[in-house]
Amino acid sequence: MHPAFSVIFLTTLIGAGQGLFLALFTGQFYSTVELVEPQPASFYAVGSALSLALLVGGLAASFFHLGRPERAWRAAAMWRTSWLSREVIVLPAMMGIVFLYGVFHWAGWTQPFIVLGEGTLPIDATFVLGMLGVLVTLALFVSTGMIYASVKFLQEWHSPYTIANFIFLGTASGFMLAAAYSALLGNHLVGFFGTWAVIATLLGLGTRTASLVRNTSIKHRSNLQTAIGIRHRGIVQKSQGFSADSFNTREFFHHQSPETLKLIRVMFLVLVFPVPIALVLLAYALESPTLPIVAFAVQYIGLLAERWYFFAEAEHPQNLYYQQIS
Amino acid sequence: MVDENPYDANPTGTFFNRVQTYEVGSFPSTETVHFPKSCLHCEDPPCVPVCPTGASYKREDNGVVLVDYDKCIGCKYCSWACPYGVRELDEQQKVMKKCTLCIDRITDHTLPEAERKPACVIACPTNARLYGDVHDPDSEVSVAIRERGGYALMPEWGTNPANHYLPRQKTHMHVTEEDLQRSDNPLTKEDITVYHGEETMEDVTW
Repeated sequence: MHPAFSVIFLTTLIGAGQGLFLALFTGQFYSTVELVEPQPASFYAVGSALSLALLVGGLAASFFHLGRPERAWRAAAMWRTSWLSREVIVLPAMMGIVFLYGVFHWAGWTQPFIVLGEGTLPIDATFVLGMLGVLVTLALFVSTGMIYASVKFLQEWHSPYTIANFIFLGTASGFMLAAAYSALLGNHLVGFFGTWAVIATLLGLGTRTASLVRNTSIKHRSNLQTAIGIRHRGIVQKSQGFSADSFNTREFFHHQSPETLKLIRVMFLVLVFPVPIALVLLAYALESPTLPIVAFAVQYIGLLAERWYFFAEAEHPQNLYYQQIS
Repeated sequence: MVDENPYDANPTGTFFNRVQTYEVGSFPSTETVHFPKSCLHCEDPPCVPVCPTGASYKREDNGVVLVDYDKCIGCKYCSWACPYGVRELDEQQKVMKKCTLCIDRITDHTLPEAERKPACVIACPTNARLYGDVHDPDSEVSVAIRERGGYALMPEWGTNPANHYLPRQKTHMHVTEEDLQRSDNPLTKEDITVYHGEETMEDVTW
């Protein structure tokens, strides 16, 4: 497939935004049960604004993918059948919840209205919003992943690994950002977020490696014989019915050499996994306020490469019909 | 349908029907196969449920798969979901285009019934294209599919295309000695005598 930068930025930006929201609420949950020190309201308010900005940025990037962006509102119509439609509904829903979550913290509407667990777990409005937000975040990860995983013809994507990768890599990126944000503020949650970021990165390493291994030995179900219905081993295309390029040659081919693909794969395997983990560990050892920020930035660049490779490695069966111009 | 740079170096545009060419076999025993490729109007079209706006739909009455150009947002997701690659984005209108099976012709009751066919079927000079109702077992197309071994493309995906392809019919000609030697040639018929080389002049018919 052709890796479109609109979709690469959409999926990586909202992934980081979703992960950051998960990180913020994880921090709130841990401080509610007094496992980490409580943070001021501004920590959650500014963090939510950052998460919202990433989600809005992703949404803005997605508009560049559309031929008719002025009609984008129509995309919410077919949620019964289309995962893309479900994403279009869940993304603004998540934005709304993140916005409210930030506003409630900022306004200080955090009086608990019920206390659970014999006085240890006070539930306030932000806690309820946070729990809702976690559900919506997961729904958004699944929707985004299923857009790709549900297309059975793209066998490289048609696997549960696709959804797992979106969940773990987005979460890793968001927790990295939370660690960077905490490091910038100079609070004591850098190690907490950093540890979760490393755990999510390692989980992502597991599922991404598994999907890479699966895809190297994938056997495509379609071939030239089934494509044109002629049972002969020696079939060569002489003409694709067109003398230059077309939508079919632009949208479904990456037009890069195998060497470039290999380079991008090595690049993302280095930038997404070992380097950020090493930087987080180093930041923990040195108590550095800048290294977590570098770790997030490096991992984000790596994720751009990862997403590029994700698209490029998928082989669409229609390509069988477009082997030879002239 | 858009036609960009038609006379320049890199002409491009949208096609409803591409006629591709394949070579089967290895030289010198090769055959050239011309392969027209358009939307197959699947019974179970995978491009329809993925559309987020409902612009991509299959008509209830005749099963033709169509795009509502006023609803399409040009997200290209349906083209990903078509294994045959028959959906193409119109680069000027920025909406998805595909073969409509000439829906305006085939549903136009002001046309004589013989002309209510897709333009490609009417235009084909050798009648290589057939058009009809695949759900009617007695239609011309159903009979052809059944009796001439019609097949679907990429059956492995379960899309169940309405359009079928008929295998090529090869005409084998067996030429016998009798076909070359005309047994009833009036010029050779007269002399039916068998000569053995010992005939006299009397034996020869004058």
